Order: sequence, then C-alpha cells, then structure tokens
Amino acid sequence: MVQALDLLTETPSQTAGPYVHIGCIPSFAGVEGIYPQDLGLSPIAEGAKGEVITITGSVFDGTGWAMRDAMLESWQADAAGLYPGQAGADPAVSGFCRFAADKESGEFTLRTVKPGAVTGRGGVRMAPHISLWIVARGVNIGLNTRIYFEDEENDGDPLLARIEQRPRVETLIASKTGEGAYRFDIRLQGEGETVFLDL
Amino acid sequence: MTDTAALMPRQRDKHPVPYWPDYKTSVTRSPSLPLLSMESTVSEETGPRFGHSLIGELDNNLILNYTQGTAPAVGERIRVHGRVLDETGRAVPNTLVEIWQANAGGRYRHVKDTYFAPLDPNFGGCGRTLTDETGYYEFMTIRPGAYPWPNRANDWRPMHIHFSIFGHAFGQRLISQMYFEGDPLIDRCPIAATIRDRGQLERLVAPLDMQGSRPLDYLAYKFDIVLRGRRQTMFENKPEGM
Ligand SMILES: [Fe+3]
Repeated sequence: MVQALDLLTETPSQTAGPYVHIGCIPSFAGVEGIYPQDLGLSPIAEGAKGEVITITGSVFDGTGWAMRDAMLESWQADAAGLYPGQAGADPAVSGFCRFAADKESGEFTLRTVKPGAVTGRGGVRMAPHISLWIVARGVNIGLNTRIYFEDEENDGDPLLARIEQRPRVETLIASKTGEGAYRFDIRLQGEGETVFLDL
Repeated sequence: MTDTAALMPRQRDKHPVPYWPDYKTSVTRSPSLPLLSMESTVSEETGPRFGHSLIGELDNNLILNYTQGTAPAVGERIRVHGRVLDETGRAVPNTLVEIWQANAGGRYRHVKDTYFAPLDPNFGGCGRTLTDETGYYEFMTIRPGAYPWPNRANDWRPMHIHFSIFGHAFGQRLISQMYFEGDPLIDRCPIAATIRDRGQLERLVAPLDMQGSRPLDYLAYKFDIVLRGRRQTMFENKPEGM
C-alpha cells in the first residue's frame, strides 16, 4: 500500500429541476415576501463605467425548442477587464447576474456593461467575454460556456484558439444586432451545438 | 494583476451522466459533443461574494420565513446542517448556500406544480444562509414529502432538498440535492440514478443525526458538501482566497 492522498471528492451535481426559480429567483416563481429582493438582479449599479449593452437569446434543446425553464448566471469583468475584488476594479460592477428564460417566449435578456479584455495567467490576453452557467430540468450538471463579441478582437484568445473545428467558434460569439445590442443563442444539442466548457 | 490559483479539474466520472434515457428530459438537453477542457483561468477562479448584510434573520428558517415568524409551516420539524469544504479539506467560509423544497405533502409553491397535495399557507419553500468562518451552515425546515412526477409511468421523487452553493470561484458553482437516510424511493429514482458511482450517490444521502437533534423539538440530518479545490503549488502563484 501507499500513503493516502488525503483529498476529498467534489459532491456530485443533480439537476436543478423545474422549480429552481423558487430557490434562486423566488419572486420570478411567485414566492414573495421572504427576501426583500431576488439575488443578482443586475451585474451593474448606477454609474458603472463602460458601454451598457443588452444581450438577448434563448436556450434551445435538441429539438430546437426554446426552453422556458432555463436559469442562467453570468460572471464578468468590468470595462477595464478587472474582476470584482481585484485591485482597481469598478465598484459599480458586481459582475454577477441571475436571469431566466421568459415563461412565454423562452427568451432571456442580460443588461450589463461590456467587459474589457482580461489578462490571464502569464500575462496572456483573453478577449472580452462573459462567463455563463446554465441549469434547467434535464440538465444533470450545470453547463458552462462563454459569450464573446463579434465586434471585438477575438484572434489569439487562448480558449477560442483551442477549438479545433473552426466553425464551432461561432457558437461562442454574440452577433451585433444594433447599437449596444447583441444576440446570443445557446444550443444544448445537435446542429450548431454550443461549445460547452470544462475548466 | 492578481493571480489566482488554478482549480482542480472536475472529475466528470464522479458526477451524473448528462444523458440518461430513464430521465426523459435529459435526452434532448444533454450535449452530444465533448466539452472543451482546459486549465481554469481568472474568469473561473474568481466569483461573486456575498456579505452577511444580505441575510435576514429568518432566511435560514423555512418553518417561519414565509410568514415572517407569525405562523409555522406544517410538517415534521427538522434541522439540516453541515460544513462546506473543498477537495483539499479546507473549510469554505462565508459562502452562500440556498435551498428549496416541496412542502410536507410533496407540493411546491409554483404554478407548474399541480399535484393534489395542498399548499401550506405558511410555507414558501426556500431559504438561504452564509457559512461561518469554519464553513458551517444550518437550516431549520420541515421534512419535504415525496412526490410523483411525469416521467415513466409511475415515478416518484424521494424526499429531497435542492441545494445551490457558490464557493469562492465561479468554477466551483454547484447545484445538487440532499436525500434522506432510509428512503426506499432513492433506489427507484431515475434522477438519483444519473449518478452511476454508488459511493458518490451515497454522499447525497444525509444521515439521521440524533446527537444534533433536540429532544421534544426536532430531528437533525447532517449534510456536508465538498466543492472543487485549488491546486496548491509553491512554484507558480500563491494560493489565494482561502
Ligand atoms: Fe424537487
């Protein structure tokens, strides 16, 4: 025998189920009065520096149906590419947002500031991006992906560069639909399947 | 620029399989292509932090929080408590833990839940708390009922409490479910069965904790949670955020 490694193993995930909204955004589920307001209503406060943008999209299942029950969380840097907690980060950017697909249309909207390019380990430049985490009924472990922007310099981004099938890079890039407006659809399975991340 | 320590890679075989035909909804909601794996970056190694000012006095008491303490929920009173640790065994202090659950009859307060069991006017079904400096948390609640759900012809969810845990890094984000020791429905549940590693499934089954219970008041169940750890190395960057 050898010495034990003394490491624990991560608790396994389980699906968030159909009622995730009760726990995470209760007023969206009609459960009012427990908390003053839902957590993570906006990633920015008044006075946040940078360009305010709106990202709209849907989460499609393998049949092409825009899911009505998906819940998403986003995490991002401020306009200068700094994450909350880092020295010099914009105090008006919490960086975190929780939002859900609309019950009728299946469409979500994220209003935020456009993040700046982030300097990663070893000084590597990561193109401006927003990290996303998606949970829903039938999703057994939350799905991670990133939103990049078509009007930014994405060449050389270390994550995008790792995608071997170049057409799949497009699944991570929000398309510009107007001034300060972007579209980002997520496809869980099949044609145009979004690149999901394990990092 | 602050350097943060890399997260230990997720051991995907210790998690549920995404595609599990007995859980029908997973069939069209599981990616069919491999995930893109690489070392974590600052985007995953940082994450939202929440302060104690967020948490109201009754937030972790589901027996009382829906009525602001004026009338208790119906059901078997229980305390659910435990610690949040990471894979290196360190406590994860000051991290947000949120739970949601059905009422004692197995009914959720949700428009989509049309099960016959009645709503309890005194039960909302969610709660939250922050772990203390040692990673410890606790909730007071009622034991949720098992409930049937449309999947195969006669599927029932075992009694369970949904858990959402943040950790200190966006890459540690986790949602799971706590089951109760001795529930015969666990082994019949296609959602529990998505975890193929038996030992891992058992880690979601909270034992009855008589020592943590209070005579003539409540039973206790202990539920520890382990989040991803960070690589510890002297050679690249100093561990941070611990
Ligand atoms: Fe449930």
